[in-house]
Amino acid sequence: MAHGPAHGLSRWFYTTNHKDIGSMYLWFSFAMFFLGGIFALVIRAELFEPGLQIVEPNFFNQMTTMHGLVMVFGAVMPAFVGLANWMVPMMIGAPDMALPRMNNLSFWILPFAFAMLASTLFMEGGAPNFGWTFYAPLSTTYAPPSVTFFIFAIHIMGASSIMGSINIIATILNMRAPGMTLMKMPLFVWTWLITAYLLIAVMPVLAGVVTMMLMDIHFGTSFFNAAGGGDPVLFQHVFWFFGHPEVYIMILPAFGVVSAIIPTFARKPLFGYSSMVYATASIAILSFMVWAHHMFTVGMPFIGEWVFMIATMAIAVPTGVKVFNWVTTMYKGSMTFETPMLFSIAFVILFTIGGFSGLMLAIAPADFQYHDTYFVVAHFHYVLVPGAIFSITAAVYYWLPKWCGRMYDETLGKTHFWLAFIGLNLTFFPMHFSGLAGMPRRIPDYNPLFANWNMLSSVGAFLFGAAQVLFLYIVIRAIVSGRRATAQVWEGAHGLEWTVPSPAPYHTFTTPPKVD
Amino acid sequence: MEKATRKTVMRLAVSAVLMFVAVFAIMPPLYTLLCEITGLRKVGGAYEAEEIKVDTARQVTVQFVATHNDAMAWEFHPMEYKVTVNPGKKTVVKYFARNNTDKSMVAQAVPSISPFSAVNYFHKIECFCFNHQPLAAGESAELGLEFVVDQDLPKQVTTITLSYTLFDITAQAQPQVALVQ
Repeated sequence: MAHGPAHGLSRWFYTTNHKDIGSMYLWFSFAMFFLGGIFALVIRAELFEPGLQIVEPNFFNQMTTMHGLVMVFGAVMPAFVGLANWMVPMMIGAPDMALPRMNNLSFWILPFAFAMLASTLFMEGGAPNFGWTFYAPLSTTYAPPSVTFFIFAIHIMGASSIMGSINIIATILNMRAPGMTLMKMPLFVWTWLITAYLLIAVMPVLAGVVTMMLMDIHFGTSFFNAAGGGDPVLFQHVFWFFGHPEVYIMILPAFGVVSAIIPTFARKPLFGYSSMVYATASIAILSFMVWAHHMFTVGMPFIGEWVFMIATMAIAVPTGVKVFNWVTTMYKGSMTFETPMLFSIAFVILFTIGGFSGLMLAIAPADFQYHDTYFVVAHFHYVLVPGAIFSITAAVYYWLPKWCGRMYDETLGKTHFWLAFIGLNLTFFPMHFSGLAGMPRRIPDYNPLFANWNMLSSVGAFLFGAAQVLFLYIVIRAIVSGRRATAQVWEGAHGLEWTVPSPAPYHTFTTPPKVD
Repeated sequence: MEKATRKTVMRLAVSAVLMFVAVFAIMPPLYTLLCEITGLRKVGGAYEAEEIKVDTARQVTVQFVATHNDAMAWEFHPMEYKVTVNPGKKTVVKYFARNNTDKSMVAQAVPSISPFSAVNYFHKIECFCFNHQPLAAGESAELGLEFVVDQDLPKQVTTITLSYTLFDITAQAQPQVALVQ
């Protein structure tokens, strides 16, 4: 099988190879990460001082909206799909994904979706400005005309995600090497299997809710219009029925990545493999029962608040199982602190902080105080940035030698880690304080009372942004002129992906490996 | 494609389509049903007046509020801003509406009751909010509301606020506009 990739640009347009498609997903997500990052820096620049200095309030609202949408649907989700494309077939000993042509399609519709979404910035009336949660009727009756482009962009992203998930499930269920039973699969594969089921359950709900918006805007229906017998609160229920599983879609694969990296550098097997699998499944099931904790203040009956509060707190149990698993895996291990390990340890610590602020928000009576303040912003950035983003960064450092056959520069990698770590905490930790003091979200101006915390946050944000530019440089430098990597790469690494040479050949496991 | 793979793909694709359909076919009616059961929102339907005893020993203040949605140009306000009633006693009040525009319009009033604990104990026997309100240009109307406060109203509730938001639904109700003209 001396059958390499095609030459020229057509390789990338026509490819059905899981490694090519994985790389394209990862580069696409990297580009979106910078785009969303620029939007975030516009927000932070405006909030550097009280008053209005740099942008108009309407443009500020467009920035918060686009930042959220691009980061969630453009940066985090495609990055995990890219990792799944690269790693899942190699981890289960499959030659490729189950549906290679659909794989090509599910990637190539994404750039069109985001081109359409980004083009709204240049339209009359501006880009969507109603926040990434696009609550109706703000996003229907009062929306700029570009909302229709936003709706179709969401449809395309949803189609891409659903196709990608079907592909991943079909691969995992039907293409494992002989002997690779479900309970022998690496945790990254397990977490992605469960994530893919979540995606298939909720992406159609997102597609449905934007379709209802489309009909309310253009076809005179009244799903969310009280005058016609509809109800704006229905929008919030349907949206968060998608939205809450969505946050687990962004974090479960991260759990898988960290569960691969920590045992490698602690040189010990994962403390409790099966408990991790069951904890992941429990989190996924619970994620469907807690959506209304995002909307405690809409005026729910007491029993509703109570049920959603208890269910939300119950999620802390399986999550705690995971955190203790990682900690006990490290306990008495012979640990080394290469860049992927640093990012993973930071993940465990900072994600736990985000989890605790989540518990605070879950207390319904206290949530009336925290609702829509910077405390919420601090909470979900603590779970998403050190959660999703740090785990993706760790995964890139961990598997990059396998992808391109070359090592990254360890000193630069550690520099990147510390800059990102300090930048992140400087940005988001003060938001807890400004939030508890009452600073509202999504407002371009604020009381001078919050000036100091905001100035710190803005400085931190620019530091974090600079650290990511360094990351881009490190990756390019490794690909171009890094030191050659061995097949094993990391001393303590286990799994089928480390049995193939570095860089991984274009076709791997064309004959299935034997798994004991 | 192998047979097993095809089976997996079909099953997953069908689930995705079913979830999409469920959003339209199941979620809105289910939501409306839950709102009715919990009393969050009384969707239409008049209260069947029963013979209930008037509790003369207790007095409850009922306040009336009127709100215009967005660009609704009508004049719209209650004719009395508050009444004091005994639980169990039927009471009639009126709202006033005038179409100040130069075209025929149809409006819909959507009620809201607070505090929440009073919702299940405030019964509307007859209400203009049960129907569309068509008014020709310049026309005005007195809109009637007959209600009774249940004698089982929780003790701590001494004031009930009834708020109506008036929506312009001319676009959705074209046939009725033709009727007025």
